[in-house]
Amino acid sequence: MSTNRYELNKNLAQMLKGGVIMDVTTPEQAKIAEAAGACAVMALERIPADIRAAGGVSRMSDPKMIKGIQEAVSIPVMAKCRIGHFAEAQILQAIEIDYIDESEVLSPADDKYHIDKTKFDVPFVCGAKDLGEALRRINEGASMIRTKGEPGTGDVVQAVRHMRMMQAEIRRIGSMAEDELFDTAKQLGVPYELVQYVHEHKKLPVVNFAAGGVATPADAALMMQLGAEGVFVGSGIFKSGNPEKRASAIVKAVTNFNDAKLLAELSEDLGEAMVGINEQEIELLMAERGK
Amino acid sequence: MKIAVLAVQGAFIEHEQMLSRLGVDTIELRQRSDLEKHFDGLIIPGGESTVQGKLLRELGMLDELKARIENALPVFGTCAGLILLAKKIKNDERVHFGTMDIVALRNAYGRQLGSFYDENEFEGIGKIPMTFIRAPYIESVSGNVEVLARSGGNIVAARQKNQLVTSFHPELNDDLSVHKYFIDMIKNSK
Repeated sequence: MSTNRYELNKNLAQMLKGGVIMDVTTPEQAKIAEAAGACAVMALERIPADIRAAGGVSRMSDPKMIKGIQEAVSIPVMAKCRIGHFAEAQILQAIEIDYIDESEVLSPADDKYHIDKTKFDVPFVCGAKDLGEALRRINEGASMIRTKGEPGTGDVVQAVRHMRMMQAEIRRIGSMAEDELFDTAKQLGVPYELVQYVHEHKKLPVVNFAAGGVATPADAALMMQLGAEGVFVGSGIFKSGNPEKRASAIVKAVTNFNDAKLLAELSEDLGEAMVGINEQEIELLMAERGK
Repeated sequence: MKIAVLAVQGAFIEHEQMLSRLGVDTIELRQRSDLEKHFDGLIIPGGESTVQGKLLRELGMLDELKARIENALPVFGTCAGLILLAKKIKNDERVHFGTMDIVALRNAYGRQLGSFYDENEFEGIGKIPMTFIRAPYIESVSGNVEVLARSGGNIVAARQKNQLVTSFHPELNDDLSVHKYFIDMIKNSK
């Protein structure tokens, strides 16, 4: 991947900012998401809540199903491959996906190495639960980062924890003396240049979204106020009572995340939220996959 | 001078940073009450036109802003902004502001693999960097629309009196000249 291509891929993430990326499993859902104001859709066979319920090995979706969604909407279409599964990523690139999510939601294919994303022309987004993970993924070629949160739970606690952790570490590096950055680079296992970028700009070198457990307009507003540049909503929409209305409300909540009065209006009459499961009830912690 | 940047979705911060480097104050338009503030010009940033169009309508800003554009408010649309201003979108039934006599083609270069960087002549400025991200281009113009730049033969920048559009993203490169061009448009409109 040329430097130029990497810049263009980071640029696409910039265009998605202030927006909501929604999980969809059919062309019909994709159209509902687009009409509700999604800035992109994530095409996958099963949403995380169902992956969690079904158990077993979870893999890249059928390319035919992804192509059906690409044809149904005009907004960018993303799809997931397993951590380390570069052959799945090659397939997704071959069908001209707009963004690949190398995702802990699927069963990891490699328990040591992530994909060398610099070998690809299409962009990658990766999950991270702290700054070290984020910078390691960026060093491997990711052009967008999202918090891992805990997918398919409808519980926002882990997305909050990961976002707070990342922001706290960014603030800490921002306030360091220059000569302390070398040791931090060593501790995090990332090149000095990336740490220096964070020190100088007080942010990640790529766009950072929140993901994993966002289920309500208030959840979305919370993540935006904590510093997310946009939000992924997975199971939260199509596992709820009124997907259309909820999706549309979450989109508006991301735009006006600081206006509590409007958020109150948006939160009215949304019907049933996804039931969700608490952190203590989960048997499988997806966020622990890929570090 | 104060320039409003539509901030419902997309790369609005990048435009604010460009304007700040040029010493121009900005305000963000996120909802109807923001329209009560004073501003001399409007920037519609890159992002998803479907999202921006929907939010403009549902947050109650579309009609008011459209009336002001028709009443000579200087406006600069990049990428999604170009689509919002176009009177007709060839591959989409939606029309948003529809104030500019251009026919736009959405995602004209295909998906993200079709995104590219280029340098081309811009009328009145010279050669400038151009970053195209899932970009549209202008298929045809009518009325008194002036073509300002082309890339590979396709129209990628145009102006019609108070309206300026680019299908590329001047806010993503270091070059301030297109933003300066817009600021001059505002100055000359007074």
